[in-house]
Amino acid sequence: MAEQSRTNQVEDLHLVNLTKRFGDMAAVDDLTITIPAGSFFALLGASGCGKTTTLRMVAGLEDPTSGSIRIGDKDVTRLRAFQRPVNTVFQSYALFPHLDIFENVAFGLRRRGVKDVKATVEQMLDLVELGSLARRKPTQLSGGQQQRVAVARALINKPDVLLLDEPLGALDLKLRRQMQIELKRIQTEVGTTFVHVTHDQEEAMTMADTIAVMNAGRIEQMGHPAEIYELPKTAFVANFLGQSNLIEGRVAGASDDLIDVTAYGVAFRVPKSRSSATGTAIIVGVRPEKMTVLDALDATKVPDGHNAIFGRVTDVSYTGVSTQYLVRAAWGQELIVFEQNMIVGDRCEVGDDVIVHWAPSHTFGLDGDENINAGVDAAVLALDATAGQ
Amino acid sequence: MRWLRRNAVSIVGILVLVYLFIPISVVTALSFNKPAGKFNISWNSFSLDAWTNLCGVPGVCSSFVTSLEIGLVSTLIATLLGTMIAFALVRYRFRGRSTTNLLIFLPMATPEVVMGSSLLALFLNMRFPLGPLTVAIAHIMFIISFVVVTVKARLQGLDPRLEEAARDLYASPRATFRYVTFPLVLPGIIGAALLGFSLSFDDFIISYFNAGTLVTFPIYIWGAAQRGIPPQVNALATLVFVTALVIVLASQIVQYRKRKAMESS
Ligand SMILES: Nc1ncnc2c1ncn2[C@@H]1O[C@H](COP(=O)(O)OP(=O)(O)O)[C@@H](O)[C@H]1O
Ligand SMILES: [Mg+2]
Repeated sequence: MAEQSRTNQVEDLHLVNLTKRFGDMAAVDDLTITIPAGSFFALLGASGCGKTTTLRMVAGLEDPTSGSIRIGDKDVTRLRAFQRPVNTVFQSYALFPHLDIFENVAFGLRRRGVKDVKATVEQMLDLVELGSLARRKPTQLSGGQQQRVAVARALINKPDVLLLDEPLGALDLKLRRQMQIELKRIQTEVGTTFVHVTHDQEEAMTMADTIAVMNAGRIEQMGHPAEIYELPKTAFVANFLGQSNLIEGRVAGASDDLIDVTAYGVAFRVPKSRSSATGTAIIVGVRPEKMTVLDALDATKVPDGHNAIFGRVTDVSYTGVSTQYLVRAAWGQELIVFEQNMIVGDRCEVGDDVIVHWAPSHTFGLDGDENINAGVDAAVLALDATAGQ
Repeated sequence: MRWLRRNAVSIVGILVLVYLFIPISVVTALSFNKPAGKFNISWNSFSLDAWTNLCGVPGVCSSFVTSLEIGLVSTLIATLLGTMIAFALVRYRFRGRSTTNLLIFLPMATPEVVMGSSLLALFLNMRFPLGPLTVAIAHIMFIISFVVVTVKARLQGLDPRLEEAARDLYASPRATFRYVTFPLVLPGIIGAALLGFSLSFDDFIISYFNAGTLVTFPIYIWGAAQRGIPPQVNALATLVFVTALVIVLASQIVQYRKRKAMESS
């Protein structure tokens, strides 16, 4: 086997025009991404958007309809699953029920003809802190332990790429947080490229150094978590990754580096560098925690040049760290605002007339053709899926 | 009255057990009897004759061995064929697959008299000499059905992700079968084989039609019943029962030990 002499140097994973159709439906649609070597890469998207199908094609368990998959400059598109230097942590773990933990972990080494597996397996079991359970059967382990066996069983083969398909989906919330840290630690320790599929945006943001947001078989946006969060390029990303206020308007003019926008008779300013609008229709966007709520009588306190909207408070919820306001603008749209609880004392109450303002530098512009509700349902669905477990 | 209500389940359970074990204990008890006349029906006096002289009556042991042999050979062949058929039916799409699925049930659904007599007609028509071969052919036929049904259920219940995981972990198709698929289906195959053997061993109707001059154990007993069944038959029956009991108990104990070992580790 040629793969035996594989070097330890990790290489980039390239998906080029990758497409998979089931009948008429494109589960994965012309996907082109490069996943940097050694990165913790998260593929984030709502249920049914094609994440699993993408992973299965990389693993070799599903044949692409078209396109190719390369690791470094080696084309692996036509290789069978058992010939690829790629291993998977399955959504349901898929541990072999007839083998004990030791043999589960040793499976890959044995199939490649490695003679003395004992030391390697024990070392790997120690890495995932399961050394004492080597002779148990999978059914005698808790969910979290099974999950770690699945990781160990895949990682022991030193794959070029480790694929994780919603590996934490079946765990309860507390265990999930714990495993997120654990997985991150393991990844740092071994330095393998991790491709982590999830529908949980918080999980993706805390774990990954690169996120690709996927929607209906395509990648909407890809980049560092903070980069995508601060500057979403599509309405789907703005709504699916965290929350956003999106206001539909028209370009009214432009100065040096700011675009002047009018929406519902209100003037806004958007930095040119932060706008992905192409025509005169534009969507003004801002994240809820970037905004400040003031009593309408204090309108003079709004800093010069800030974007501002008058409105009335329709809901206040106190969450400890912050207070969440719903403010209805004059044109009926409800805006969501998070205020940090910095000051002890008066907060606005339901029915108060207020002014909401934020700096233009925190504003982003989206193309006017976008649907401002794209991704809202998907985010709610993903949240439900998380809560339902 | 309250006591009765509280222990109703235990009482019914014990009664059912008694009901199940009375015939067996009668059989066993009469194996230690010295019959007064031809018929070993009522208790006369204690004797170990049947046990010390198991093969003392002509035909008992030879028919017993014949049934063992036919059972083993039929089971072996039927299990092999049935397992392969089950894999083909579950894993491959081919013309006539659904028809095969249906036909495989036929031997189970057909009344034994019908099957036995039809087979006899067939063998006679083909001028095929009746004997061990025809009995074995008949037995293989109905055992296959049980094997296919059991193994098929087991295969269909197999999580396809386990085989995918094996492929993902560098197992070639052959290695995947050997180290994952087969071990997971094996309990089903063993169960089917045990069932098949016991069906073959005590089959009377189909065997009787197709045996010619061959005498299997059930056929011997049938014949002996006319003249009086010797206590040796009771002894052999007890032996079979005890063997089955030991197999069941042994497997239970092994499993219990395993679980204990796991818990203490
Ligand atoms: N084997 C298949 N046959 C037909 N449709 C499929 C198959 N596998 C997946 N799909 C469809 O492809 C889409 C993407 O599925 P999947 O990749 O599993 O999504 P995700 O993992 O993001 O939830 C879904 O609409 C799903 O119904
Ligand atoms: Mg999935």
